[in-house]
Amino acid sequence: MNVVYALMVLGGLGLLFGGLLSYAAQRFAVEEDERVEVVADLLPNANCGACGYPGCINFAEKVVAGEAPVDSCIPGGKAVSDRICEVLGLESVASDVKKIAQVFCLGTKDAAADLFEYQGIKDCKAAMMFGDGFKACKYGCLGLGTCVEVCPFDALSMGENGLPVVDPERCGGCGLCAKACPRGVIRIVDAAPRGKVVLCNSQDRGRATRNACEVGCIGCKACVRACPQEAVTVENFLAYIDRTKCNDCGECLDVCKRDVIKDFKDYIKTN
Amino acid sequence: MSQRTFAGGIHPSYFKDYTAGKPTAAARAPTQVIIPLHQNIGAPCEAVVQVGDEVKVGQKIGEPQGFVSAPIHASISGKVTKIGPYNHPLGKPVEAVFIENDGQDTLYEGVKPNKPLEELTPQEVIQIAKEAGLVGLGGATFPTHVKLSPPPEIAIDTVIINAAECEPFLTADHVLMLERADDVVYGLKAFMKALQATKGIIGIEDNKPDAIVSMQKAVAKGGQGYDLEVHALETKYPQGAEKMLIRATTGREVPPGALPMAVNVVNQNNGTAVALAEAIKLGKPLYERVVTVTGPGIQHPANLIVRNGTLVSELIEQCGGLTADARKLILGGPMMGLAQPSGDVPVIKGTSGVLILTQKFVKDHASGPCIKCGKCVDACPMHLVPNFIGSAAEKNNFELAEKYGALDCFECGCCTYTCPAKRPLVQWIRIAKGEILARRNKQ
Repeated sequence: MNVVYALMVLGGLGLLFGGLLSYAAQRFAVEEDERVEVVADLLPNANCGACGYPGCINFAEKVVAGEAPVDSCIPGGKAVSDRICEVLGLESVASDVKKIAQVFCLGTKDAAADLFEYQGIKDCKAAMMFGDGFKACKYGCLGLGTCVEVCPFDALSMGENGLPVVDPERCGGCGLCAKACPRGVIRIVDAAPRGKVVLCNSQDRGRATRNACEVGCIGCKACVRACPQEAVTVENFLAYIDRTKCNDCGECLDVCKRDVIKDFKDYIKTN
Repeated sequence: MSQRTFAGGIHPSYFKDYTAGKPTAAARAPTQVIIPLHQNIGAPCEAVVQVGDEVKVGQKIGEPQGFVSAPIHASISGKVTKIGPYNHPLGKPVEAVFIENDGQDTLYEGVKPNKPLEELTPQEVIQIAKEAGLVGLGGATFPTHVKLSPPPEIAIDTVIINAAECEPFLTADHVLMLERADDVVYGLKAFMKALQATKGIIGIEDNKPDAIVSMQKAVAKGGQGYDLEVHALETKYPQGAEKMLIRATTGREVPPGALPMAVNVVNQNNGTAVALAEAIKLGKPLYERVVTVTGPGIQHPANLIVRNGTLVSELIEQCGGLTADARKLILGGPMMGLAQPSGDVPVIKGTSGVLILTQKFVKDHASGPCIKCGKCVDACPMHLVPNFIGSAAEKNNFELAEKYGALDCFECGCCTYTCPAKRPLVQWIRIAKGEILARRNKQ
């Protein structure tokens, strides 16, 4: 008999609370645009913040509310943007240029000299606190991996040579690494596999660069003279190639004495 | 009698035997001095001499730019050979004046005694401190005349002479108390006059009993008509941090983010007191100071009187050079001093010590995760939670670090010292502080 009482009491309580809950669910329901959830599902969900909002769900809310541009999701690129437009019934606006993080430094452990032994926290920001870092070159990669730490896509890893390696498959081009790098060695560039690049960030004079690193750009302008497309400029002793003008002829690559000009295709492939 | 002290702190080994009790000796004047034009907290100086100028000892070569700044004087007589950037103890090269020694040591005509202290007005004392380029010689190098000019609504009643010298290895303050006790008292009286304070306290850690006796004698001799006390403090790091010292000597608690003047106190290092005494008695500007050259990595440790702008490598050479296993050079003490990449760095006003450590002292420990033992919380003299701040900073969560009071940390390093997981806590907190302040400036 006790069993029956117990069942009745517990069952009764269950029914009572169930009823209360179902009433509350209807009475206090929060009106939510169901498209928010659909859009959120389309997003990469890395919560990288490249769109300017704290996370993917916040971005989805703003997009649906019409407060954020549909093409703000950089890692998602055109594919995601187009699908969001589909959901929201808008015209497609995004260009199909994929972005990727690129490390503008070839100063490996062996190539770039250290000024002193650094014993502090293995973090580039920490290393920068004394004398702007332990490398002789004040512009190159310190190799302590602050960029690797912040990458939400696991697209960066620290290579054995002391330079970060970008996985082009995974990199969403969100730019968190570029922001985190105290040296500004990482930049976000167009991911299309064409053109040549100068993989150096040193704005020191030629001799200073030569002393600090075996592979730094010394600003000799040989590449400027060699380029038939006038795609190369030198500013602050550092060459820059405009890849939209570059026709991949490779003249600059041949004349560069410091071997800092690389094929962007190879750069993506080897990494 | 209960001991005068503060809550928290650590007990590192003293390592003072290397130089304790060694009398000061004048270091050989170098053939060239390189005097940086930024030697204090606040604005740098601008050179008022040109290349080719002949300068004399004590002649002003750097004019301060702004109120929180102090002039810089030539430490040798000779010719200015160059003005340009040179290594600085803080890491980044700054503008410096290179002077070649003519070996004459001619004193500048402007260096002459002032009126005796009794006849000076408070304003005149402050002016003398300012003209002599006095800064806090404990290491923080805050311009002295600024400390002596509190806002009019704040009445300072107590001046504390900071002679705790809680950093291991260093004995520069200790030796000054033995040799120049009368000048310390004279300087304290001058500080009290400038601030119109009624009470003067000299705080000394009790591991220096000879200094305590020496100061008590000097106070009995020169302190008539003044309310002066010598306080023996518990030997505990960081007893010489200003907030800890105020707590230990007066029982007053400086509120977070406030200066000692909020509790009507001004702190001065005893080296600064001696420098002020010299500035009044002789008119001598601050161009030399006592530097403890010490550590297991140096052949003959010594307390040297060093001219401003002498290269550290020169001092090491004068002390017999390095031992074979010397490994690390630190300017200041081992807790808060600055490690240097090379000896080619000049001694500046804030350089209290040159410390050479050997391999045994500089092991690079691998750090582990926080085990939440709370040792750093017990050790933190500011009653912060260093483990939380450190972890927040490690995860780039600087808002959280700020919420936990990162900005109240004065970087004594007790947390890192005491952490059994060898976590670099104070280092993370420094990053957090830098980041928080940078973000504030941006807003």
